[in-house]
Amino acid sequence: MSANSKLADPTANSPLPLEVDALVKRFGQVVAVDSISLQLRSGECLGLLGPNGAGKSTLIRAIAGRVILDSGRVSVFGSAAGSPAARAALGWVPQDLALYPRLSATENLRSFGRYYGLAGDKFEQSIVWCLKWAALEDRAGDLTRNLSGGMKRRLNMAAGLIHQPRLVLMDEPTVGVDPQSRNRIFEMIAALRAQGMTIIYTTHYMEEAERLCDRIAIVDHGRIIALDTRDALIHNSFASRSQVIARLEGPAEKVGEWVAGRGGRLVDSTAEFTIERPTEVAGLLEGAAEAGLELIDLSLRRPNLESVFLHLTGRELRD
Amino acid sequence: MALRRDRPALALSFILPVTFFSIFAVVFGGRHDSVPRISVIFVDEDKSQASRQLVQSLQREGSLEVSTKPPSKDNAAPPDYTAVTAEAAVKAGDISVALIIPRGWGANPISLGHDQSQSGPKLQLLYDASDAIAPQMVGGLLQKAAMTGMPLTMAEQGIRYTSGFIGGLTPEQQARMDANLAQLRHLESDEAAGAAPTNSASGGLIAVQTRSVVGENKRSPMISYYAAAIGVMFLLFTASGSSGALLDEAESGTLDRVLSSRITMTGLLAGKLLFNTLLAFTQLAVMFLWAWAVYHLDLPSHILGFLVMGLSTAVAVASLGMLLASLCHTRAQLGAVSTLVILIMSSIGGSMFPRFLMPQSMQKAGLFTINAWAIDGFTKVFWRDLPVTALWQQVSVLLAIAIVFFSLARRIARRWEYA
Repeated sequence: MSANSKLADPTANSPLPLEVDALVKRFGQVVAVDSISLQLRSGECLGLLGPNGAGKSTLIRAIAGRVILDSGRVSVFGSAAGSPAARAALGWVPQDLALYPRLSATENLRSFGRYYGLAGDKFEQSIVWCLKWAALEDRAGDLTRNLSGGMKRRLNMAAGLIHQPRLVLMDEPTVGVDPQSRNRIFEMIAALRAQGMTIIYTTHYMEEAERLCDRIAIVDHGRIIALDTRDALIHNSFASRSQVIARLEGPAEKVGEWVAGRGGRLVDSTAEFTIERPTEVAGLLEGAAEAGLELIDLSLRRPNLESVFLHLTGRELRD
Repeated sequence: MALRRDRPALALSFILPVTFFSIFAVVFGGRHDSVPRISVIFVDEDKSQASRQLVQSLQREGSLEVSTKPPSKDNAAPPDYTAVTAEAAVKAGDISVALIIPRGWGANPISLGHDQSQSGPKLQLLYDASDAIAPQMVGGLLQKAAMTGMPLTMAEQGIRYTSGFIGGLTPEQQARMDANLAQLRHLESDEAAGAAPTNSASGGLIAVQTRSVVGENKRSPMISYYAAAIGVMFLLFTASGSSGALLDEAESGTLDRVLSSRITMTGLLAGKLLFNTLLAFTQLAVMFLWAWAVYHLDLPSHILGFLVMGLSTAVAVASLGMLLASLCHTRAQLGAVSTLVILIMSSIGGSMFPRFLMPQSMQKAGLFTINAWAIDGFTKVFWRDLPVTALWQQVSVLLAIAIVFFSLARRIARRWEYA
């Protein structure tokens, strides 16, 4: 499925949660977002996967109505991004810890809720729900600056959901957290997904995108270079091919020449080859021996999103 | 290292002490081109030759700015001040001193030899006790005018005239006259030798009756003055500090998040303005309550005036804080800029020392500060006991300042609104 293709929404008469049409945003000479179009189904989790500086955060800010577009259109549930209706329907979890450090967790949630005009019992219930969802009930009265990094991250996410939005933008919510806290965040997102929440999730961690998202948009240099499900992305790039990862010992120049000659890539002294059938491995081993290279390690694997990114851009995701 | 990177803040940390020193140097350093001038109203009810000579003599004084008529309005020439309108002008704070030359004064203008029994009407010096300098200066200059008018010659000529008219003095009269003249010569020689001239207006050559026409029953003019003066200065610091929360929010990304909610930038700034106004007003209220409890400032009788002036001042101060915060990019910059602005405003606006001590130009410059208008207003309320309607000028200026500063802050804050 191409990036620009239209989605069929099961609720045909209701507007899509998100429609981005030919969006362009420049900062001076730098084109941060270069003619991006995409659509989101209700209840879907879309991952924006790309290296730092690819334009993911600018796209997220444009959807949140925090950017003046150079051209294009963004609509949230049929309303222009930044309009009151779009703001009410949208929850934004920024990459930075956008919290008041001298307020408690509850006070932070209460403040952000009031910015959305919330009040009354429903608001109080929403605060309780957010604290529970973020597993911060025990620390609800603690000052935010005294919470651990992982707790602050979770509170940062909860603050984006206090008004119970229908579409949530999560901009790299796991940046700087330890593996345990990261797993906790994954559980929180899974809980949201179980409720049918529509989510856009930006990350430069392939595993997160693979684990959490229904579809993944690979973003590079301000463009979506591929958009589909994980399996479809891999299939479109590699079909039924597999990857061979080999560590070879020998003179660096000789190793490089041999790998290039066999149609492979040398990445950090590791050779990568794409093969149509597993039986082709034997040919590679023989060739290495004939070239006088010693094989230290060899593995066969199915391509992943990292492979797709490398295949599409010629660069590694974390470059 | 952080300060080195923040060049505006670094520059201001050097500019601030130099600027502040310069202000004190101008006020207290006695620069010759900026001597403070005392404004004084002259009411000549006498219209005699002596009264005209006195007025002319005083008008030649460089340190006096003499007015005989109120400022002109509608191009129509206003009538001369009378004793009543002059007193009203002093009471209203338009001027600190008025000199009334009563009818009949010219018949016996000079009291030679400390003659306390001078008959006839005396000069009336009406003053506002909140300005301690002006009546002292005018009183001294009056004596100077009499001296520079050569009283000795006047006396000698008078004696010759009298002697010729009455056919000569008796030996006893001649002896008393010689003694008085000798005393007068002695006075002259004392002054010529640099002896300190008397400060007592009533003990000089011209007998003067001084009368404070404002706050006769007040404990001290300085209590209400400094409650306002110090209060406003600290209000400014508080307002700029609390407005700095805007910079913290911008830096942490909280501002972005807030602006993605239902809140608009105008709404956010207006909310902060309201909060900072209430904070400033509360601070001012605490200050005046303290002055009432400890220094017997009559707050209960002036509660309405206090509310009007307090709220006007608080909103002006809060809007300045918003403007400073929106102008700066970092907390360090805000700290340096606000310190510079606040100390300059406070020094020339009268928060550190009364404006009547300052050179004329600096007094005029003070009118560009919140401090000056706020202090003037509070003085009208607590010192002059003027009704709330008399505060229209101060309130209008403070509200205009608030509107202009808030509008500018809103305009500058657009940089945070969208990328």
